[in-house]
Formats: sequence, C-alpha cells, structure tokens
Amino acid sequence: MDMFTAMHSGLVQMGVPLWLANLVPPLVKALILLLFILLNCMFLIWMERKVAGHMQRRMGPMRTGPHGIIQSLADVIKLISKEDIIPNGVDRWVFVLAPIVAFAPAFAVFMVIPFGPTLIAQDLNIALIFIAALTSFVVISFLMAGWSSNNKWSLLGAMRSTAQLISYEVPLVISVVAVALLAGSLSLQEIVEAQRESFWYILVQPVGFLVFLTASLAELNRSPFDLSEAEQELVAGYNTEYSGMRWALLYLTEYANLITFAAIASTLFFGGWSGPVLPPFVWFMIKVYFFIFLVMWIRWTLPRVRVDQLMELGWKGLLPLSLVNLAFTGVYVLIR
Amino acid sequence: MQEMVARTESPGIRSEELFVNMGPQHPSTHGVLRVLTRLDGEKVIDAQADIGYLHRCFEKIAEKRQLFQVIPYTDRTDYLAAIHDELVFVMAVEKLLEIEVPERAQYIRFIMSELQRIASHLLWFGTFAMDLGATTAFLYAWRERERLLDIFEAVTGARMLYNYLRFGGVRNDVFDGFESTVERYLKDFEKRLEDYHELVTGNRIFEKRTQGVGVITAEEAIAYGASGPVLRASGVKYDVRKNDPYLLYDRYDFEVPVGKNGDCYDRYMVRMQEMVESAKLVRHGLADMPSGDVMGKVPRRIKLEGDTYARIESARGEVACYLVGDGSDRAYRLKWRSPCFVHLQLLNIMARGGLIADLVASIGSIDIVMGEVDR
Repeated sequence: MDMFTAMHSGLVQMGVPLWLANLVPPLVKALILLLFILLNCMFLIWMERKVAGHMQRRMGPMRTGPHGIIQSLADVIKLISKEDIIPNGVDRWVFVLAPIVAFAPAFAVFMVIPFGPTLIAQDLNIALIFIAALTSFVVISFLMAGWSSNNKWSLLGAMRSTAQLISYEVPLVISVVAVALLAGSLSLQEIVEAQRESFWYILVQPVGFLVFLTASLAELNRSPFDLSEAEQELVAGYNTEYSGMRWALLYLTEYANLITFAAIASTLFFGGWSGPVLPPFVWFMIKVYFFIFLVMWIRWTLPRVRVDQLMELGWKGLLPLSLVNLAFTGVYVLIR
Repeated sequence: MQEMVARTESPGIRSEELFVNMGPQHPSTHGVLRVLTRLDGEKVIDAQADIGYLHRCFEKIAEKRQLFQVIPYTDRTDYLAAIHDELVFVMAVEKLLEIEVPERAQYIRFIMSELQRIASHLLWFGTFAMDLGATTAFLYAWRERERLLDIFEAVTGARMLYNYLRFGGVRNDVFDGFESTVERYLKDFEKRLEDYHELVTGNRIFEKRTQGVGVITAEEAIAYGASGPVLRASGVKYDVRKNDPYLLYDRYDFEVPVGKNGDCYDRYMVRMQEMVESAKLVRHGLADMPSGDVMGKVPRRIKLEGDTYARIESARGEVACYLVGDGSDRAYRLKWRSPCFVHLQLLNIMARGGLIADLVASIGSIDIVMGEVDR
C-alpha cells in the first residue's frame, strides 16, 4: 500500500495535522471499497435479471441502454426520487436504523478481503473471526426491520431468518475452521499464500466446501433457503413495509453479502487471487463471478424448502457433517 | 385447546396465537381469496376461507338474459378452462330443447375440450411450482400454454374467453390445417412434459414439500363432494367422462389416473398424467374427425320448458348446471355447481396442523380459480 503511505507523508509535509493525515488514507480506502460494492451490486442486479431471464427463455431488461445495461442506474434514480414512506405505527427509530445496521457490517467485511497480493484494505491476522462476527450482525438488522415494521408478515419473516441464520452460522464457521486448520492461519492473505505453495483447498476439502456452500446460501437468504422473504408465503418478509432508498439499502446489503460470500469461497477453497498469466485481480473477479453465477443458477432452478426441513438440514445434516470434516482435517494436518 | 392453555400459563414464557389475514391481496391466493388464518408460530391452527370478493351475480344475470346471451357469461366463471363451462351450459340447453348436434361439431367440441384441459393443467403446473418457490417452471409451462392459446385464437378468435360453442354446434369450423397444427403441437408438448418431470417431479425439495402435505382421505373427499383430480388423488376412481359419458368419451379408451395418499404430490401426479391422456384423446379425435356441418337445426323461437341437469368433467372437477325453464326464452333458474367452491371447503382439513408453507401448497394443489368459486 505504497500509495497510501505516500499520501500520508505528503499530507504531513504539507502541514496537515497528524490526526487528520492519519484519517485520510483509511477514508479513501473506504470510499474506494464503497464504490466497488455499489458498482458491482448494480451490475449484479442487472446480471441477476439477465440470468433469470435467459434461464426462463425471456430477455430480461432490454430497453435502457444496450441489453438494458443501465437498467440498474435507472432503478437507483427511481428509488432515490421516491417518497420516503414511514408507515403509521412503526417503531420509528428502529425502522430507520435497520437498513443501516444491515449495510454497515456487510460493507466492513470487505476490509479484509484480499483482491490481490497487495490489494487489501487491512490484512488482519484474525480476518476469519472478523468476518464471522460481522456477518452474524445481519440477524440483528433483519430482526429490527421485521419487529419494527408492525406487520405480521414482516415479523414472521424476521423470526424465520433469525432462526435460520443462527442455525446455519454454526456449520458455516466450522467448515471455515477446517480451512484455517489447513493453512495454519486466520488471515485470508496467508490462506491464499498457503494455497499457492501447495494446492487449492477444494481438493482436500470437498465436503467442507459443500457445507460452506449450502450454509452460505442459507446465510444469504438465497433460494432454496430464501424463507425470510418467501414471496409466495410471506409477501416479502421482513422488508414488506420498506420502500424507496431504505428498501434499496436492504437490497444492496443482500448483493453485497453475495459478493462477500463469493469472495470468501474463492479465497478459502479456490486459491483466491492466485492464478497463471492473468493479473491477480482479474483472477479474483473471475472466481467471484463464477460463484455468483452458481448461486443465481441455483436460485432459478430449485423450489424453496420448508422452515422445519431447513432446521432439520441445518442441525441434523450440515452440523454433524462439518464436525466430521473438521475431525478428519485435524488428523490430516497431524500426519501431513 | 388444553395444551394451549397449559402453555400460556407456564411461568416466564407467554405465547400467543397470531391471527393473520392472508389475502385478499396476497401473492399466492390465486386471485382474491382471503384466508383467515390463526397461527401458532408458523403452525396453522385454523384456516377459514372467506370468499365473495369476485362475486358477479352470474346466476341471476343468467335469468335476465336471453339464453344465447348467457354463453359469454359462462366463459367468465372458470376463465382458465372456458370451453368446459360453455360446454356444460350448452349441453343443458340442448338437452332441454332436444337439439341434435352434428358429428363434426361433436368432434370439435371434444378436441377443444381436451386441449383446454391441457392448457389449464399447464397453467396449474406453473403456478403450483411457483407456489413452492420454483419460478422457472412457471415460465416454461407458460411457453407451452401460449402455443395452445394461439391455436385457440386461430379457431375461436379469442385466447381465453371464447364464446365459441352454440346451441346445436359451434360458431365456426376450425381453420384449414388445424389437424396438422395440433398434431405438431402435441409432439412438442410430450417432449416438453418429460423436461418438466426432470425439472420438478424428481426434485428432492419438491418431493419433500408435497408428499404428505395437505392430505385428504377418500372419505373426506367424498363427504365434502370433491371431484376431479382432487378426488382421484385420494384414490377414488371417479371421472364424469367415464361414469356418465358425454360427447365422445364412450367411444375412446383412456386411462383415469388415480392417486393413493391424497396429498399434494398425488394431486400433482394425477394432473400430470391426465395431460398425457388428454393428448391421446385429442389424437384419437383428430384421426376420426368427419367432415360436414358444424351447426345443427335449432328452433327459431326458443321455449325453455322443464328442468335438466348437465354435468361434465372440467379441468378442475365436476362442473354441473341445473337449468329450469318456465316456457319463456329465458332461464327461470340456473344453478351452477363449481368444483373449486367445493374444494375450497377442504382447505381447513388440508391446512390444519401444517405450516404456512403447506397452506400455500394446499391452496395451489386444488387448482383454485376464484372466478369459479364466486361466480
């Protein structure tokens, strides 16, 4: 991160107070990340509609720009210019705060994701714990949104997602722990390095990856586990009463989480940014988009599971599986 | 109830029943159905259907209009299988006036009726998959139905509400090349049907969501007067086409698919198999269709006298029409039996004890059309 050190020392030389100079590089980094998330999310929303369209023998958006490429931009403009509605009887503060509480951790997670050998905002040595901690925040925001909306469907959706997210967090984290065990580190950058020295961890962690993928789909509220916003059952779930920019923020969070998932999946199991010929960042984005496409593919193919079946799968299926996988990984690391 | 009281009194934790209004504006109530639902968490304790949001006084209007003016109204009862409703009304009038229908018209009615069954089941297949959260199957089914609607449009001039049958025949003959068009369609359709089975039927999630869900026993089905696929899925082999043949159903051999458990999965399988049988029947009809007139002799002045009861097997079940005349050219009384209305009463039986998701699956599985429930 030479650029930022140079920026820092330049500012100090120009007579800017030290505390302010200390503040500028992180802020610039945050801004870059925010821009990255926003642009990618807008692209993803367009991509999701296109993927869905072509899978369903439709075209998807076609009118705004060539192949509807600026459809998302048009949507953003529409959402910004919409009336800001706070329905009667909602718990105002909680209602307003919920989307922000949802987006902030989803955004903060990007801090530790390695986009390239040096392209990382902050290489934390506890990155995996950091991610696990932050991604579980989303439960609170869903509960806040559902509870404060004063709507029974929202409440049901919030309850569902709370149960779902808490249950699936356990196998998710355990499957990640197995990878940390292999690499001997919690830092994502070091996990990538470890894979560059040996091999992609998918080769020794196929079960772990499957658990991770399934649990992630549940964590992301993606089909077939999109119970918290099951349109056919709960109208729209926890975000029923939201509209305009607040709704957009919840929506944005969803896609930001999707990118996070894809980034972590490719980092932990598929060697992250490492790859031949192409620059690391390109490799990273290729892998990320592959996983995003996979998730979309699953979404537009499968029906939705029922809430009790979901719990069953989580506690009786994935959890034992991930524990067994962890045990085997431990043995493997010992005898390696 | 006892259990509920006991739980509410347990110290520290208090739980309440949640009363939820499902509908009339809700994505999966298939129109304007309102279900008064009492929930214990996600579990459905009680589900009562509240109907009448789409009531259009069809039966009363039928008394005030001349008979031929009633035909378009019958279209609008079950708007997804309009030919069937036209057919039952036209059959009732023909029975009362003793009108002969020419052979060719019979065949056209027969073919159209079975094609209509395919179209209706296709739509049901799509929406049912959608109710379970599988959105893509919906659009695939739509593709096949669309081609069928094109054929209907070419024959009758309308895609859904045809106003095509007349007392004594049909309004106009089919277009040139009708046989080959339908034949081509059926060939593609049967191929696609296999795709659907691959996409939906064998899916583990789909099986888990439908098997053992919304069970109706044979006794319950009979006691409530269920008919059509809903009755047959419960294991009762009853089909008006077999038990009280009309049109040309006694001439051709066809299977009546029957389920075993009366759950959503059986209702699904029964309908899927029915489509194959319908395709077979259409083929038979096309092969034997004679040439000739499509309108029989109809008296200039219609005098409706006496009463009659006509019934057919529509896509949803037994549609019947009780027609009373008092010597004028209008119906004195028209009573319409619609299968969806009957099936909706089974909702509580199906939904009680299940989850909300099962309630949605149950509503979807009885193939509800609110236009027919409310009339």
